Amino acid sequence: MTETRTDATLTRTGRRGSRGPVNRDEVLLEIKDLRVTFQRRGGPATAAVDGVSFSVKPGEIVGVVGESGSGKSVTSMAVMGLLPQRGSKVTGEVLYRGENLLTMGQRQLADLRGSELAMVFQDPMSSLNPVIPVGLQVTEVLRRHQDISREDARVEAEDLLRRCGIPDPRRRLSEYPHQLSGGMRQRALIAIALACKPALLICDEPTTALDVTIQAQVLELLKELVNDLGTAMVMITHDLGVVAGLCDSVNVMYAGRIVEAAGRRELFAHPRHRYTEGLLNSIPRLDAPRGEPLQPIPGTPRDTIAWSKACAFAPRCLHADDECVVGDLPLVQLGRVNHPVRCVHPAPEEEPHG
Amino acid sequence: MTALDPAQSARPASLSALMGDGMSDEQGTSLWRGAFERLSRNPAAIIGTLIVLAFVLVAIFAPLLAPYEPAKSQWIDQVTPSDVPGPSPGHPLGLDPFGSDLLTQLIYGARQSLIIGVVSTAIGLLGGALLGGVAGAFGGRVDTFVMRLVDIMLSIPSLLLAVSVAAVMGPRPGAIMIAIAAAQVPVFARLLRGSMLAQRGQDYVLASFSLGLRRRTVVMSHVVPNSLGPVIVQATLTLATAIIEVAALSYLGLGASDPAIAEWGRMLVKAQDRLQTDPQLMLLPGLCIAVTALGFTLFGEALREALDPKSRR
Ligand SMILES: Nc1ncnc2c1ncn2[C@@H]1O[C@H](COP(=O)(O)OP(=O)(O)OP(=O)(O)O)[C@@H](O)[C@H]1O
Ligand code: SF4
Ligand SMILES: [Mg+2]
Repeated sequence: MTETRTDATLTRTGRRGSRGPVNRDEVLLEIKDLRVTFQRRGGPATAAVDGVSFSVKPGEIVGVVGESGSGKSVTSMAVMGLLPQRGSKVTGEVLYRGENLLTMGQRQLADLRGSELAMVFQDPMSSLNPVIPVGLQVTEVLRRHQDISREDARVEAEDLLRRCGIPDPRRRLSEYPHQLSGGMRQRALIAIALACKPALLICDEPTTALDVTIQAQVLELLKELVNDLGTAMVMITHDLGVVAGLCDSVNVMYAGRIVEAAGRRELFAHPRHRYTEGLLNSIPRLDAPRGEPLQPIPGTPRDTIAWSKACAFAPRCLHADDECVVGDLPLVQLGRVNHPVRCVHPAPEEEPHG
Repeated sequence: MTALDPAQSARPASLSALMGDGMSDEQGTSLWRGAFERLSRNPAAIIGTLIVLAFVLVAIFAPLLAPYEPAKSQWIDQVTPSDVPGPSPGHPLGLDPFGSDLLTQLIYGARQSLIIGVVSTAIGLLGGALLGGVAGAFGGRVDTFVMRLVDIMLSIPSLLLAVSVAAVMGPRPGAIMIAIAAAQVPVFARLLRGSMLAQRGQDYVLASFSLGLRRRTVVMSHVVPNSLGPVIVQATLTLATAIIEVAALSYLGLGASDPAIAEWGRMLVKAQDRLQTDPQLMLLPGLCIAVTALGFTLFGEALREALDPKSRR
């Protein structure tokens, strides 16, 4: 995809955090009981994210999977401190290297953003400023976080674009976003996000707006860059295919809560929550017998119940019964491996799932 | 969109030769160049631009174009209370009521109108952009305070506001420009603030915050440049109104007091008692005002359309 790198500043041996050697027990990001409620004028407060907890180790790729509206973007915005101050309330803790981002001063947070934490947004069309050249948008970040000259920043920007697989980067630097194709734009955004070699990259559905072929390329690029830089990544997606090819561990979200979390292999081999099971059954499998129909999950994410009353997935669940109508189902560990599930009638472990 | 990454695809040399370097990516144009192209396809825009251009050229080259010096009243002896000489070989449009050459006065009038229009609009734009920019950049209580102020200004009819300012400032040079500018300030302020607020929620603004860029940088290099389009359009439209308002204020006796300076509005006023006998004295300056205002309006409207993201591809 990209040529072999000789650049010593970028290539680090193996996966490690951008600061110091890797310590596998160290936790880079720890989200504890994150809760985001939106207060609409006149209306009731709605919880878009409802007690989400998970952690990311240095260099790890963590997936967050869920349907539209499950609160994935809100989670990532809350971590980055990008939610509007008015009308939203964020509680819980977001610990980055032990420091709570939610209570951190704006100035300090701004220093971390872009240099330690970065984000790639869903829509490459709208995430670049249409009226200033792409190059300026790259150098801007470099100059914000590093003490480098305009000229050096330009050279570095060119190098970044090249490494992100953008041909003729010198020319691209002086072009405007609408002169780039969608895939190029997403590559440019990735270049911008990774410009200062952050320790954590949050990708909010980075490929949803792209063609399938481009999707694969962009994911491959992300995987490679993140691996080379030792950057940890939170990959937000609704596409289990993305998770399967990329993530070390996966959190499945439904209606603002995590309903199942496990390592990638464990999750694909033994999905326990009925929603996860439904998701897996609704995507085509190469090893499925010919002619076996796909089983889509009935209904839409809007057919939901408040978690405080029952399992939010119950209206769409084939296994729902009276026992599922209990408030605040807990996440419980099932089996030997670390695999918490929020379900009264989880899928049996023996069930073969590839 | 190309399906293959041009950097990685090993393409036969023969094919590369045919295709040139790289694959044909969307070859777009920059915002302003694109706007220019759309402008040049729009007949109303062409007419507007030509009028504006003619007006500006006449204003600049007035001394070269005018047959005589302005406002000398050299031929005052030919003007009688009941008659102003009409066209003659020496004076293609005849004389004005003060015994100067009418064509000369009209040509110098263009200069005066342009100066007043441009200066007043520039002042109005500056003031409005400052107020609107502060409101849009800081938001919150600053925004509320500034915008209430602007609302108060806006609640006064613009001509009334201009008349009051002109009356307060008295007949000193520049008074009329500030008077007209005062009436424009709230319009520009509202427009820029609204336009900036609309940018706030845009992805690229969030994206720049997510990169740790300082608020100042985000506002100055991302929000403001994206908010200027409508303001620039408004400025061209306002220039048209400014020229009309100069005429209106002169008509009300609040214009520049120096009779030696030719100005279309005052020419209109001074000619009104001769409407019966010499209608050209009123018609010609009136026509000049109307055509110029129309030119700027057409140009502004076309610019609005050309810069509108929705009309882009
Ligand atoms: N600024 C906001 N104000 C009020 N409600 C909001 C706001 N942002 C998001 N929400 C609500 O929060 C819920 C979760 O939205 P979110 O954007 O996180 O979903 P998502 O999982 O990212 O979905 P998608 O896959 O479509 O991006 C939605 O019901 C949405 O309506
Ligand atoms: S708790 Fe009940 S309704 Fe919810 S997923 Fe499990 S079985 Fe289905
Ligand atoms: Mg989203």
